[in-house]
Amino acid sequence: MNRLIPHPGLSALLVIVWMAMVNDVSFGALFLGLVIGLVVPLFTAAYWPGRPRVRFLPGCAYVCLVIWDIIVANFEVAAIILFKPNRKLQPVWLVIPLELDTPEAITVFAGTISLTPGTVSADVSDCGTYLLVHALHAPDPSAEIARVKQRYEARLKRIFA
Amino acid sequence: MIGGFPLAELLTAALIVVGASFALIGSWGLVRLPSLMERLHGPTKASTLGLGGMLIGSVVFFQLVKGEWTTHELLVSLFLFVTAPIAANMIAKVHLHRLRLGEKPGPADPPTAPRDGSDWATYEAPREGTPGWFPDE
Repeated sequence: MNRLIPHPGLSALLVIVWMAMVNDVSFGALFLGLVIGLVVPLFTAAYWPGRPRVRFLPGCAYVCLVIWDIIVANFEVAAIILFKPNRKLQPVWLVIPLELDTPEAITVFAGTISLTPGTVSADVSDCGTYLLVHALHAPDPSAEIARVKQRYEARLKRIFA
Repeated sequence: MIGGFPLAELLTAALIVVGASFALIGSWGLVRLPSLMERLHGPTKASTLGLGGMLIGSVVFFQLVKGEWTTHELLVSLFLFVTAPIAANMIAKVHLHRLRLGEKPGPADPPTAPRDGSDWATYEAPREGTPGWFPDE
């Protein structure tokens, strides 16, 4: 079982993406999707050595939280762009100490920060222990760092545990 | 039309107008914000809620007006959400290198060094024991 389907999550994702791409529920489409879902993980196994375990349900809750935060942050950034003059803007580099240690978890964390408007992740430190993030408007940088860590990193630590 | 009231059309129009407004505000941010790193924030906005609104409008239109399910919009947003941070990250890294080279791309200050004794990864080749390092390279 493990050798035939080495990565069940990736297989399921491929079948779902294939079915969405075909946009049609038929036996032929499902069959081809299953073939792709079986073959692609076998041939790409070399690209994900030592992949982390991901908890499914906290992961789904995390996606919903991020989508909600994206909507809220969109309105905040829209207000900043429309009504805040440049001289009152306080853009700042945030140096966020990382407690996550796997590259996958750090990538998801950095991607979340980039997707939420108002913050863009720029780089990670060479030892992988600090994340460099640019914030559009952060009057209190340490509070912003604490917010991001508590809201996203704490959850990711549980998902990638 | 539901009972003579064009609810589907209204909903579609509202979603498209909201999405387009966010794309417009994002573009305006690109024009008016002071330097490159601030300007990066405009387009990330346009590509999330701006495009999201328009895509949901498209789903609603095809479902309620044409009566067929489409899933392509979900795929568009999925791929967009996966790729958009990479593009922003690349632009930010080029900006970091230009700052280090002493060019003055804008009023943004260079970032402080991380406190773990190393430098930001884009300035250095991967070292042994770091996540970017692979023994068989």
